[in-house]
Amino acid sequence: MIGDVAQSIINGIDLKVESGEFVAIIGRSGAGKSTLLYLLSLLEYPDGGTVSIDNNEITYYNDAKITDYRLNNFGFVFQEYALLPELNSWENVAVPLKMQGYGKKDAYRYSKQALEQVDLGKKLINLPSQLSGGEQQRVSIARAIAHKPKIIFADEPTASLDSMRACEIFNIFLKLNREGQTIIMVTHEKEFAEMTHRVVELNDGKIISDRRIEPSSTNLCNKFNIV
Amino acid sequence: MDPNPIKVGFFLAIRQIIRSTPWTTGLIIFIMTLTFLNLVVVSGILLGLVEGSSKAYRAQYSGGILIKPQPLLKYIRGTNNILKIAANLSEVGAVSPRYLSAAKIEADYKKIPAPNQSTDSINTVIAGIDPKNENEATALASLVVEGEYLDLTDEDVILVGSSLLKKYTLGAIIGQALQNAQVGDKVRLTINGYPREVTIKGVLKSKITDVNGRIYMNEGWFRRIVSRSSNDSSEIAIKLRPGSDYYKVKDDLARSSLDKSALVQTWDESQGEFFKQLAGTFVILGNFIGGIALAVSSVTIFIVIFINAITRKKYIGILKGIGIKGGAITISYLIQSLFYSLVGSLIGLGLLYGAIKPYFDQNPIDFPFSDGILVATYSGTLFRIFLLFSATLVAGYIPAKLIIRKKTLDSILGR
Repeated sequence: MIGDVAQSIINGIDLKVESGEFVAIIGRSGAGKSTLLYLLSLLEYPDGGTVSIDNNEITYYNDAKITDYRLNNFGFVFQEYALLPELNSWENVAVPLKMQGYGKKDAYRYSKQALEQVDLGKKLINLPSQLSGGEQQRVSIARAIAHKPKIIFADEPTASLDSMRACEIFNIFLKLNREGQTIIMVTHEKEFAEMTHRVVELNDGKIISDRRIEPSSTNLCNKFNIV
Repeated sequence: MDPNPIKVGFFLAIRQIIRSTPWTTGLIIFIMTLTFLNLVVVSGILLGLVEGSSKAYRAQYSGGILIKPQPLLKYIRGTNNILKIAANLSEVGAVSPRYLSAAKIEADYKKIPAPNQSTDSINTVIAGIDPKNENEATALASLVVEGEYLDLTDEDVILVGSSLLKKYTLGAIIGQALQNAQVGDKVRLTINGYPREVTIKGVLKSKITDVNGRIYMNEGWFRRIVSRSSNDSSEIAIKLRPGSDYYKVKDDLARSSLDKSALVQTWDESQGEFFKQLAGTFVILGNFIGGIALAVSSVTIFIVIFINAITRKKYIGILKGIGIKGGAITISYLIQSLFYSLVGSLIGLGLLYGAIKPYFDQNPIDFPFSDGILVATYSGTLFRIFLLFSATLVAGYIPAKLIIRKKTLDSILGR
């Protein structure tokens, strides 16, 4: 709905993502990239159509069930880090783990492991205000992966970062994907998109291209000496 | 019930409390402390006015039990029998019969007043007492503020209640208080039409009108003046030992073969309906003022939680987005509300029982009709803490729920 007028933002989309894929959704502003991501991640309800995961149609689960489903199956990385300012790094990562029922020790252990995966093992007790933008985004990624989700949804995770930090973050996603993690990412940076397995381009709410690609052998981050 | 939302609620709340701005937390706790004190102290002082007066009435006038003649009768017949019965009751600590009569007292009575000038005199009540018994029953000697208390052998001397002297009742005109009389002065006392010169031996001060507005003299001398051979008295004050049950003693006395002319009342019954109504009114007034304090604290908590939740709307959306149940977030706000009211109440309790109540006990407020103390019973205080908790829980729950029920994506995107 835009004002009182119902407008179709996404229409006629049929997208199937395989386990272990790294899918980049690209398109101009207003193309419907983020809306598609929100629909896939159950943050938005479609007016029509369905979302199925592992052959289970989950579109019309009730709120509580959807929240549970997101908790146990999805990881989210938002554009603006989205860390709770009063929680330090490991505590931010531990929140979903605790919600899943992990005790304090286990929550700490898994949070630490996740933070070490994103090279923040030495900043476990730093508050977000004591971290750089790139570090905050890495905490956000650690939070998304700590509970081993089936799918990570990332909404322009590098948009607020400079090129070097953006590369660092993107490399983490590549590393996670190499370990088998399914990732669906919205990005406006085509160079990064070309380094994934598949690029889905939207325009006016429709898929205008869906390319499976060989990830670019030229790592754009090489110029920053980031491996 | 899923325990995880409670655990996460605690986890979030504790960190939010610990890592929030100390000034903000301090200010909220300060407001909660003031609210608590407002709830307890204001109503406590209002009740204390009546309580202080009742306490003084019991201690200085009625004792635990007061026996009077039935309405329309002048004397309690069989006073001696009553005194014997009372003396045999284990709960009775002291008994003091009083003999009352109307009297007129004149100062400067030897001076002839100028034409159109009234004499310096007042009409009052005189009480014939046994100084020792009366002092045991009501500690009358402790009320003497000037001069001396009566001796058993005193004759031609009186004690005067301070409300009968202008010196103690500023602004009193002739007829309301003696203008020129003080300790050591000779005044003319007229009882039953018989004038007699007496000396003011002492002045006593009490906030109980029935004590402060009387003249006292030795009972034997009084009865000689009024030519009364009978021992039938006008009032009997019975002081009970600490912890005694007033109503039991009253029943024991009533079951004895007292003369029907005796009206036996516990101290509170003898105070009459006026005091009960006054106490009731003050309770209502205290509750009303306390209710306003409660409303103010609820609104404060509501605003604090609402602003907190509004400014953190995005974070709340993200928490929901990553799968944290709304219940966990609501619980975190409820715990914060409870924390503020708990700490505020604990500080308030410390101030109340550590400083304010002891201060008022030592320095009662000087009201015209009583020495106001602070009534703060443990049960009443606990009930008010419960009220404060309930109000803050509701005040914390509503804004948290308002924000949490918004669509997750709308919260994340700040829509």
